[in-house]
Order: sequence, then C-alpha cells, then structure tokens
Amino acid sequence: MSKMPTVAALVGNPNAGKSALFNALTGARQKIANYPGVTVERKAGRLALPSGEPVELVDLPGSYGLEATSPDEEVTRKVIMGEQVGQARPDVIVLVLDSSNLEQHLVFAQEVLELGRPTVVALNMVDLAERDGLTLDPAALEAALGVPVIPTVAVRRRGLTELAAAIAEARDKPERAQDAARPHVTLPERRMLAHQMATAAILSETARHRIHARMDKLLLHPWAGPPILFAFLFIVFQAVFSWATPFADAIDGGVSALGDLAKATLPASLLRDLLTDGVIAGVGSVLVFLPQIIILFFFILTMEATGYMARAAFLMDRMMAGVGLSGRSFIPLLSSFACAIPGIMATRSITDPKDRLTTILIAPMMTCSARLPVYAVIIAAFIPNTKVGPGIGLQGLVLFCLYVAGIIGAMVVALVLRRSVTKGAASGFIMELPKYQLPTVKDLALGLWQRAWIFLRRAGTMIFTVTIALWILLNFPRAEPGQDQVNASVAGTLANGLSVVLQPIGFNRDMSLAIIPAMAAREVAVSSLATTYAVSASDDEDQAAIALGDQLKSRWTLPMALAFLAWFVFAPQCLSTIAVARRETNGWKWPSFMLAYLFVLAYAAAGITFWTATAAGLG
Amino acid sequence: MTLDQLPIGTPARITAVDWTVLVAEEGQRLRALGIDEGARLTLAYRGVFAGRDPLAVEIGRMTVAIRRVHALAMTVEPVSEAAA
Repeated sequence: MSKMPTVAALVGNPNAGKSALFNALTGARQKIANYPGVTVERKAGRLALPSGEPVELVDLPGSYGLEATSPDEEVTRKVIMGEQVGQARPDVIVLVLDSSNLEQHLVFAQEVLELGRPTVVALNMVDLAERDGLTLDPAALEAALGVPVIPTVAVRRRGLTELAAAIAEARDKPERAQDAARPHVTLPERRMLAHQMATAAILSETARHRIHARMDKLLLHPWAGPPILFAFLFIVFQAVFSWATPFADAIDGGVSALGDLAKATLPASLLRDLLTDGVIAGVGSVLVFLPQIIILFFFILTMEATGYMARAAFLMDRMMAGVGLSGRSFIPLLSSFACAIPGIMATRSITDPKDRLTTILIAPMMTCSARLPVYAVIIAAFIPNTKVGPGIGLQGLVLFCLYVAGIIGAMVVALVLRRSVTKGAASGFIMELPKYQLPTVKDLALGLWQRAWIFLRRAGTMIFTVTIALWILLNFPRAEPGQDQVNASVAGTLANGLSVVLQPIGFNRDMSLAIIPAMAAREVAVSSLATTYAVSASDDEDQAAIALGDQLKSRWTLPMALAFLAWFVFAPQCLSTIAVARRETNGWKWPSFMLAYLFVLAYAAAGITFWTATAAGLG
Repeated sequence: MTLDQLPIGTPARITAVDWTVLVAEEGQRLRALGIDEGARLTLAYRGVFAGRDPLAVEIGRMTVAIRRVHALAMTVEPVSEAAA
C-alpha cells in the first residue's frame, strides 16, 4: 500500500444530503478552501476507518451528471476523473443517494458506477423516506448496482460505522477495469434502468410526500406565498435588532470595563492611550455586533437547511425576471445580506454568464452584515426608540427601509445593466425544490461557528491593524497646546482635504475620516469614529467616558446622520469584496466598474438625502 | 396541449419536446432532471405575477421549478391515475 493517505469523495445529486453526511462523518475539523484557479469551494475533512487509519474525505459539489453545465459540476467531474489540479484522484467514491428520490438519483449513480472505480453507496435519509411511507430494500439495490449499499441517517449518525467499514473494504479491493467492450449507455436507457432498479428496491409505498405538498400549498400559494416571505424577512430584521440587544450590551459592558481597568492599572502614557483609545475602543466597538451577525446568519442558514431558500427563489423568480435576472440570483443576493463575499462566490451556481456578472455587480448593494454596525450605531443615536405599531419599533423600521433601499437600488441597476453592459438573451430558471427538513442543531451550530470565527478573525487581524494605523495617523504629529489634535494629525489633514468634496453632501471632517478606513472593512467606520472621538476627547477625561452614540448626537445633525446612512447603503464595498470580484470575473475591468458606479451612487444618494432632509427642516 | 396549458394537479406525460427553442444547456439540465419525452409529471404550482411564471412540476418524488418558456416547448397528454 502506498504511503499517501487514502482519499474518498462524496458524490451525488444536489439535495442528496451530502453536506449533512459530510459533517456527521468528519465532525467539526473541516478544511474549507478553494480549488486552485476556480472559486469552487473545496471541503475536506478527516474520517477514521475502523482500523483507526485516517482517510481524507472530500465533499464534492452536487451534480446531475458528468457532463457539466456549471463550474461546480465541472469540478465534480474533474475530481472524479483525477484531472483536478490540487486534488489527488479519489481512491474510493462514496455515492450519496436520497432514499426518497431513488429513481432520479440512480441516473447519475449509474454514470459514476460505469467508471468501474471502487464505489460505496450511502442510501441516505432513510428515515425521511420512512416518514413518507417508503420502505426500501437495500439488499435488492446492492444486487442491482453490484456495489455495497449502506443505509444512513446522517443527522442521527445511523450507518456511519458501517459506511466507514465499507469504504475500507472497497479501498482494498482491486479496481475493476472499465469495460471497453461495453456499449455506450444513453440517458434514456439509464433512466429506464433507474426506474426498474428503484421499483425493485421499493418494498412498499404509500401516499407521496404529503407533508411537503401541504407546506408548499401554503408557502408557494400565489397570493399567500409572497406576503409570508416578506413577513418572514421583516421578522428577521426586527429580530436582528431586538434579540441582540442584551448580548450586545453585555459585550459593551465588558469592553468598557476592560478599558477602565487598563486606564486604572497602567501609568498614563501615549502607549496606554494606544491600548485604550485605539485597540480596546476600536476592536471593542466592532465586537459588539457579533450577536447581530450570529442572529442574521442563524436565519440564513436555517432557510438553507429547511429548504425554504429554494421556495424563496421560486417566489422571487418572476420579480427577478422583470429586471433580467432569475430566481437563481436570489440566493446569492440573499447571502450577500450576510456578506457579499460568500454571495459573490455563490453566483457560481448561475449558469448564464451575463446573469452571473450582473448578480456579482449588484451583490455589494445588498446590505451586508458589516454595514449593520454602522447602521446600528447611527440609528440608535438618532432615531427615537418609539413604537409605530404593535411589535414594530421605529428603529427596526428605519433599518428595514435601509435594506429595502439597497434592494431597490440593486434592481434598478440590474435593469440598466441588462440593457447596456451585460446585454444578452434572458436566462431561464430550472431548479429543484428540495424537500422540507428540520435543521439539525449540530449542522446549524457548526455553520454559525464557522461564520462567527471568520468575523472574529477579521476583528482580530484586519480591524485591529487598521484601528492601530488610524490611531497613529490621528495622534501624529502632536498638536500644539490649544490646537485640536485631530486637525493637526496626518489623518485630519487627509480628511480635511477630502471633506472639500464631501461637504456638499453634508459630511463633516469626522465622517470623511471614517469612510477612508471603511474601505478596508465597512464596520471599521464605527471603530474609526470611536477612535477619533476618543482621541479628540483625550484632554477631557469626562468626555472620553461618553458613549459613542451620545458623542455623535452632540456633533452631528439629523440630516448629516441620514446622509451617512444613505452613503453606506451604496458605499463602495470593502477591499475583500473587490478582491473576490476580481477573482470571479478574471480581471480588473468589472471590479473597477463596480467601484466607480457605486461611488457615484453613494455620493448622489447621500447628497439627495442631506438636501431633502435639510429642506424638510429636520436639521 | 402544452405543459403550460395543463391544469394544475392533472397527471400527464410529455409526448414531445421542441428542444430547438431551448438554450442547449437548459435542455441538458432539464433532461438531467428527467424532464424529457415520455416523462410523467404533474403541474403543481404557478407563480403569482403576470404570466403565472414560473411553474413547479412534480416529477417522481421531486419538485422542479421551470419557466413558462420551457413549458411552452413541451407537448403533454393527460394520463389517468390508474395508468400512471
């Protein structure tokens, strides 16, 4: 046996339950990266064989056939064939089939089995099939396919040991040579065989998926469906604001206490100021938003796991078609509410290149979670916390409006783009609507942890670095006695120059200053404001203790605050988004275009908001 | 009649598909999902807005969303429950 570790790959149709099986087999120790050259996610983890020997398990993108119709399917094909750069050819293929969808999934399964490679079949989600009144005979299927068939229930960890044993056994068996004499099997033939095999493997079958039909009847109802979707999305945004408050307050309290402790124990010096005003105030002001980000991701992951995300795509398709896109763009765009980076990466599932490009270009307009800290701090400071109706707070309503503004902006831009720079034939919408499923706590927790960790790592690295850099720029050169420290500093000089351009739209020096580091990561705007006000207040210890919200209230007018919010609806995205757009579009042309048009939109939106609000006497 | 004209809930069989009006990749995707000549399916749901687009068809134990343009390219004949 070679010294290289054994590689096994999970292969199957979309919605076969591959990811849940992958999570169950490998646990929390997963490596997520991209395949070189393409932006298809590579998920790998470790699985222990019964002998204790580790196997590298790779979760391949769901595919309907070896003839690829999307970059995802292309990666699956290449990995199976051993042609993918950066991925050893799998020694064992684990075919994952959805028990309640055998006839469909056996079509692709045959195509894979025809390769003659060591293969094991995981007959997944047998519990759901049983719930649907479907009793299966794994032995019959095993006889028909000629490879081991293991019934599994990933969420209940059923069949996992047996599957690992079967993988070990398949690995040690010699590879069957691909039968060259075998006549080429056509798709209709495979389909007929699949039908025969599925019929033979089904022992008894009662009424078809009644629960799903009943749920779809309501959720896809022509009149009830869309209001339910919008009501749900509205609840999500209300929840992001209200549920997070106690947790955010606790973190805020902890950060303040840490700052006070540092102030009390360390001797007064510039270094102490760097620690308290720079690091603790800056990183802390961003950390406060972790609860809100977790709540938002909780809803997005739940929508994905339950199967409601695909229904949302169905309901939104007509509307998306109106601006030249399809329901498929809805999922990447919805993910962009969490972060534009996974959103832009999720556009890989859009088959039409023009559709995909348009979706990438408008994705940054979906309000990402990094903008949430900016919105939250401004709204909390300037919008009164009053009720406008039962259960509807004014603050939540304003937040909802900001999200809607981004959506409307994106739709208008998509409409214009599809008639100009990304002109082309309207694309179609073909998509499987997966069965409804209860999300499992473990998969949800794992997903939330991965997202939270990315956010924390950003807070710990990029935001940390930017905050320190900004503090240094704000503190040097030192001001003469009686002179304002911010105005004397390098950053202040820069901001004063920039505010010549931004003054017409109501931005003061501090706002101009905040949007520079916000290019690195948008939430830095908040820490930047916190640092700026901490620095300018450092002569007056009493003022330094005033919360950021009160600082803003005393220094900004309402039209200025609204203009700042409007700026961030369209604000040019962070550097990471530009980088991912460059990678996805293979060049600087489209990211530059994106940057330019978003700057123009942000400037116009902030200006119009400021002038209108001033004219309306809100100042 | 075309799949677009099929009343909701009526089991039917696809008798012919005019692949020439469909984009090649879309045709391939439809076939991969089993939506092809001879397939039995039921129209399950339609969208709400103008054109009642898109459509959701039930094929086997799967529900698949397609657009009206795809349904217009497919000729279907209703089949009785007993035959299905």
